[in-house]
Amino acid sequence: MTIDSELLRLLLYVVGFIAFIATNAAYLVWLERKEAGHIQCRIGPKEVGPFGLLQPVADGLKLMTKQLIIPKGADSFLFRLGPVLVMTPAVMCFVTIPYSDTIVARNLDVGLLAIFAFASVNVLGLLLGAWGSRNKYAVISAARVVSQNVAYEIPMLIVIVTMVMVTGTMNLHEVVTSQNGGFWHWNIFRFSASPLMPVAFLIYFVCMLAETNRAPFDMAEAESELVAGAFTEYPGMGFGVFFMGEYANIVVGTSMATILFLGGWNCPFGLWPGLHWFLIKMYALIFTVIWIRWTFPRTTFYSLLNLSWKVLIPVAFANLILTSALLKVL
Amino acid sequence: MTTQTFPVEALAGLLLTPPGFTASQALTGLLFLGFVAITLAGAVVATGARMLVRSVAGLALCFLGVAGLYYYLASPFVALMQILIYIGAVCVTIIFAVMLAETAGQEREVKRKPVMTFLGVAGSAAMTAALAWVALGTKWSGAPAAPEAGSLEKVGQSLLTTYSMSFELISVVLLVAIVGSLVLARAGRDK
Repeated sequence: MTIDSELLRLLLYVVGFIAFIATNAAYLVWLERKEAGHIQCRIGPKEVGPFGLLQPVADGLKLMTKQLIIPKGADSFLFRLGPVLVMTPAVMCFVTIPYSDTIVARNLDVGLLAIFAFASVNVLGLLLGAWGSRNKYAVISAARVVSQNVAYEIPMLIVIVTMVMVTGTMNLHEVVTSQNGGFWHWNIFRFSASPLMPVAFLIYFVCMLAETNRAPFDMAEAESELVAGAFTEYPGMGFGVFFMGEYANIVVGTSMATILFLGGWNCPFGLWPGLHWFLIKMYALIFTVIWIRWTFPRTTFYSLLNLSWKVLIPVAFANLILTSALLKVL
Repeated sequence: MTTQTFPVEALAGLLLTPPGFTASQALTGLLFLGFVAITLAGAVVATGARMLVRSVAGLALCFLGVAGLYYYLASPFVALMQILIYIGAVCVTIIFAVMLAETAGQEREVKRKPVMTFLGVAGSAAMTAALAWVALGTKWSGAPAAPEAGSLEKVGQSLLTTYSMSFELISVVLLVAIVGSLVLARAGRDK
């Protein structure tokens, strides 16, 4: 394989990822509205196309035709930089995720680290965009985002360290192949490594909700108190790109949960592994994420921080110590 | 040092599976220059920007360039750690501190005396000259071909054997910093 064909392959993958992120975000918004509707005994969007399936197209057109207004007092450079810094790292994350045995853009040896490194940049984008807006709601929201992300990154990374110890590798492809077979081989049920594995999964899932600013942890965009938080001043596609970045981050988070705990592309019963299983698991998790948003009310900021520092971090540490002890003994 | 070709192996982890193509050398060179340019541009923004937050954004760019250089040196682990820690944590913390300290729309009033400008330029020129002199005067032994050097296992082993002393000392320094900041914060709260 020459360098040109490899480069071309990577470029095609990245273009594909960007296309996927955009359409996926559009249809996740549709799913979110439908699901919210049914949970609240409504039927959700239904006018545009069958089952409202063309609604995302209409929304997209609306967002794209809106004028991009930059507020007079805003720092125009940082204001523009914000959405870019949320979106770009999300695309970078997609590059190392193995979707099936063969579908992966670039299988890095430190893929796991790569994903969490790029995902951590997302906060910077929100922060700079919010600060550049020169809006008090945005600044309050930015302050919340930082303390929330710092608080939830710690238990998340501790869980990740535990998983690296269990699987012994940071190569995501190898992480999945170590869970080959039926669902009893998956890391979430690997009780020989630690009896607390399901708990680790739960901690990861909660932290992922908080890191992607999803309800009940959507302090960044608490619309009942902060208008739209960090996004208050963003019109049209500026807001659209933030939104796409948010959904892309949810996809990355749920993909990582699938890979680390749920056996990636493996079939629960050991039959026909492949991309479809990866997508089924990922979208089931995304469905749960949306379900949680419309079921639980937003927490207060103090209980949010208390949950992380007083519950999640100690439990994650206990799991880490237990796992390392068991690994040493067994 | 001057006529050394760009290590094609360095790029192996980045773009191509089997290294050693004619186009790859050119590409490696371009990548290297790109990373250097990013680092320098970030540094210039960080030191020259009027707004403190923009300085931090420049600093983040500078860190990104340095991370790219680490990657170029076949240490993807260090490169990603650079992004995770310096961009994802340090820069965010600095911006957070700036946001709390500085009110919006405030620009730094930069009034330097001409003497200070002269001294600054002279000092940095001397520093650059000294570093260049040392770099050019050193006999560089070619880096050992160790593609595994940046791998997780190697980093862990060296942290707990060869560099365990520095590792422990750094953790002590961090502990002191945390306790110190807590003490300072407490002192401010009592007033």
